[in-house]
Amino acid sequence: MHAFDYRRPATLEEALALLASEPDARPLAGGMTLIPTLKQRLASPAMLVDLAGIASLQRIEETDGAIVLGAMARHADVAASDLVRRRIPALAGLADGIGDPHVRNQGTCGGSIANSDPSADYPSAVVGLNATLVTDRREIRADDFFLDLFETALAPGEILTAIRFPVPDVAAYVKIPNPASRYATVGVFVARFGETVRVAVTGAASSVFRLIVTEAALERRFDIESAGEAEVALDALNVDGHAAADYRAHLIGVAARRAVALCLAEMPGA
Amino acid sequence: MSRSATQQVELTVNGMEVRAEVEPRTLLVTFLREHLGLTGTHVGCDTTQCGACTVHLDGRSIKSCTAFAVQCSGGAVTTIEGLADGDRLHPLQAAFRACHGLQCGFCTPGMIMSGTALLMRNADPSEHEVRDWLEGNICRCTGYHNIVRAVRMAAATMRETVATGEA
Repeated sequence: MHAFDYRRPATLEEALALLASEPDARPLAGGMTLIPTLKQRLASPAMLVDLAGIASLQRIEETDGAIVLGAMARHADVAASDLVRRRIPALAGLADGIGDPHVRNQGTCGGSIANSDPSADYPSAVVGLNATLVTDRREIRADDFFLDLFETALAPGEILTAIRFPVPDVAAYVKIPNPASRYATVGVFVARFGETVRVAVTGAASSVFRLIVTEAALERRFDIESAGEAEVALDALNVDGHAAADYRAHLIGVAARRAVALCLAEMPGA
Repeated sequence: MSRSATQQVELTVNGMEVRAEVEPRTLLVTFLREHLGLTGTHVGCDTTQCGACTVHLDGRSIKSCTAFAVQCSGGAVTTIEGLADGDRLHPLQAAFRACHGLQCGFCTPGMIMSGTALLMRNADPSEHEVRDWLEGNICRCTGYHNIVRAVRMAAATMRETVATGEA
């Protein structure tokens, strides 16, 4: 690992100033991806700006009917939050399924989202719940945030401060995890807001994406059959030692149907 | 400031105040083992997977191979060396002995730090809950059955201690 300067500012303003002062500075959240990346010398920033000293980034609260997670809210805290478990149980469950208990004690939602790992769990909740990404300077819609493999709409030096999740009528997340890493081989997040349904897939392609045709089918009739076969183009899907494209396509259908089944089980009178 | 500059780290380690100058890139596990000589915490995979390096930071179990010592500054760390009370083993250490919960012993410090973190949250975990919690700790001897038995035995011992008011 190359040497770097380390700073732990107490305010967002100080953090922004540090990032602006050094072009090779990088923010440090929980470090669960960044530290292994530094060890492998895949990145060698001149400075790490640790966001852990900024108390306002750790909040978990309800504001104007939406659940707001500070970007430094840890997975374990989101999973254990009475508020999140009551208002969006699928989100608490997603956080509870990331990595292992020790990783969840360090990893943060903002770190995961800003990293845009194609196999991370959080991006599916951000897109599935149509969340708003709040940064130091603007608000970004979920559909505009994840651009590609490890690429987001964040500008250099811009800090993701909070994620605002609208509360759905019902939602579910189903992940087919890699048995070793627990990253999603495929993960599908289904959310229903009144007559609107959103279906977001992680793990399957270069970044999270929506199943538009499946969403429309579920809006017409919210049942397991409508979750149907995935309509994804095979050439867009990831191929690796764990799963071929056609297998991933199959898993998308499986996870979508299971997620809809979970939603139906929670809906009164369904 | 040059990039090789050291920074001060202040930690409470197993109840003792520790102050040292380290490079920011010094991992917590390196600091514990090489600066403090606390070699009970092991480095297995060095990639956040095996859990041999598990310690507690402010009461939470973390993998010390994936945290910088400077990040933890101001915090309280407990390692395997901090569990026993003099010659009296922690109930989970005693249970590992009683249940033959270790074979080669390499994963044991991490397993015990992970297990104690679980028992702080859940005084009576089911076998399933223990197995689920230990997901982040790998035993290369595959001695999981006895490890799970040890955690549940320690849970029973600790509940009994609380019930009878024993110190």
